[in-house]
Amino acid sequence: MHPAYSVIFFTVSSGAGLGLIAFMGLGALRIDTMSTGFLLMAFGIGFALSVGGLLSSTFHLGRPERAWRAFSQWRSSWLSREGVLAVVSLVVAAIFAGLWLFLDLSSAILGILTAVLAMLTVWATGMIYAQIKAVDLWYRWLTPVCYLLFSIAGGVILFLFIHAAMTGKAGWELSSVAMVALLVAWAVKMFWWIGGDRAPRSTPESATGLGHLGKVRLLEKPHTGSNYLLDEMGFHIGRKHARKLRLISVLLGAVMPILLILLAIPAPLDVLWLGLALLAHLTGMLVERWLFFAEARHAVMAYY
Amino acid sequence: MTQLPETTDRKLGLVIDLDTCVGCHACVISCKEWNTGGYGAPLADTDAYGDDPSGTFLNRVHTFEVKPADKPAMITHFPKSCLHCEDAPCVTVCPTGASFKRSEDGIVLVHEDWCIGCGLCAWACPYGAREKDPVEQVMKKCTLCVDRIYNENIPEEDRVPSCVRSCPAGARHFGDLGDETSDVSKLVAERGGFDLMPEQGTKPVNKYLPPREKQQSIPDEAIDLVALAEPKAGGFLGWLDGALERL
Repeated sequence: MHPAYSVIFFTVSSGAGLGLIAFMGLGALRIDTMSTGFLLMAFGIGFALSVGGLLSSTFHLGRPERAWRAFSQWRSSWLSREGVLAVVSLVVAAIFAGLWLFLDLSSAILGILTAVLAMLTVWATGMIYAQIKAVDLWYRWLTPVCYLLFSIAGGVILFLFIHAAMTGKAGWELSSVAMVALLVAWAVKMFWWIGGDRAPRSTPESATGLGHLGKVRLLEKPHTGSNYLLDEMGFHIGRKHARKLRLISVLLGAVMPILLILLAIPAPLDVLWLGLALLAHLTGMLVERWLFFAEARHAVMAYY
Repeated sequence: MTQLPETTDRKLGLVIDLDTCVGCHACVISCKEWNTGGYGAPLADTDAYGDDPSGTFLNRVHTFEVKPADKPAMITHFPKSCLHCEDAPCVTVCPTGASFKRSEDGIVLVHEDWCIGCGLCAWACPYGAREKDPVEQVMKKCTLCVDRIYNENIPEEDRVPSCVRSCPAGARHFGDLGDETSDVSKLVAERGGFDLMPEQGTKPVNKYLPPREKQQSIPDEAIDLVALAEPKAGGFLGWLDGALERL
């Protein structure tokens, strides 16, 4: 599948942003010592990443001026549900943030609602891909689980970074949560990768119905030129590159951040280490998301 | 509305005869013409006279080689367009409601004024029936010539999809596959028409007729054409050689 850069950026950015917002939502339960500066920074970054990400998703549309119509089919379409949930969660989050920032009211109920809605939005994002039966790699319940776990991991690292930046130290507790979140997310992702390496559901034989006669292969493409299907779904990267890129994404997305977080706990330069950890993680996420598309094989390729 | 209708009154669709198709691509061109000259915007035809022509087609013909274990390879031409599935995955994924299935005849269409060109329906379709028009930036697909089949302004024999009308080999048939007594249903029953990719669970309405059994079996050894071209002393070629010498 052709990896559209706007979609890669959008899912990573909004995933991390919604994760941070969800964490802030739960934060209302116990951390009421967060300063105004802290709240501003945390909510500011959270909203910037979520809204920025969602807006950038409209860039891959052929007709973005009609994007408002995409909110109408929430009864059947996961893409529509994601749009509706994104708006609802950000509105609720904005009310929650506004009350806390300007009226010093941290409502636990609104906080929990914010967290639940944000996570549902990320779940819906994952489901957009997981519902596609024609892509074997994606059509598994683990797909939205991975999206959720990455969103949480990204949110926690962001929170840790902001906490260190504003309060001057990265505590053991918070750092441990971040490391566990990273480990769990990437462990599940690696499990997802292993499970994805299996025989395709559809073959040239099932695609043409001629399998009973013998082995089927394409002799002539329908046109000598390219076409939308080949451009969109015929993206091939060598198996060799996929293995290397998986390794790079794990190193950047999990190993480096965990090491840097460990470094940051005792050190005075904790903001620097955590900043690097965040950068490494987000870069690793971009690579992971790129692979998510580039490694996917669509059933229509059985006709080519 | 992108919820699928529970049932449809009729199941209009095509039957493609893989035994008869000669791969002439007349159906491809006539479909392209009808959907360029008729409603809406013309189908994209980019860099038509240049080095890298490309475009949007609603119907395309592939050519496959089928190699049995013990016989020579067989060539089959394979026209493919939207199969107007009963359980169309392209309909439910659409966020705007632009992709819909009609309850009166089961035809799956795109409401081009509502389409935002997100391409998700093309991802959902395992058959590659939907393409994004690079010029119009909306999704295009086979309309089953809904603007022909009910059109009282054209002669009755033309009230079938353009591809069916233009096939010189008679490899394309149109009708109600939900009606057991229709000609197409009888054809499917007689010839053993099948679904494409049944494992995808789309319940396609279009059916494909398999190539018939060959009546002659051809030996798999390579035939020495060079030797055949040299006239031999005996046999027909020998006689012919002699006869021509005498002329």
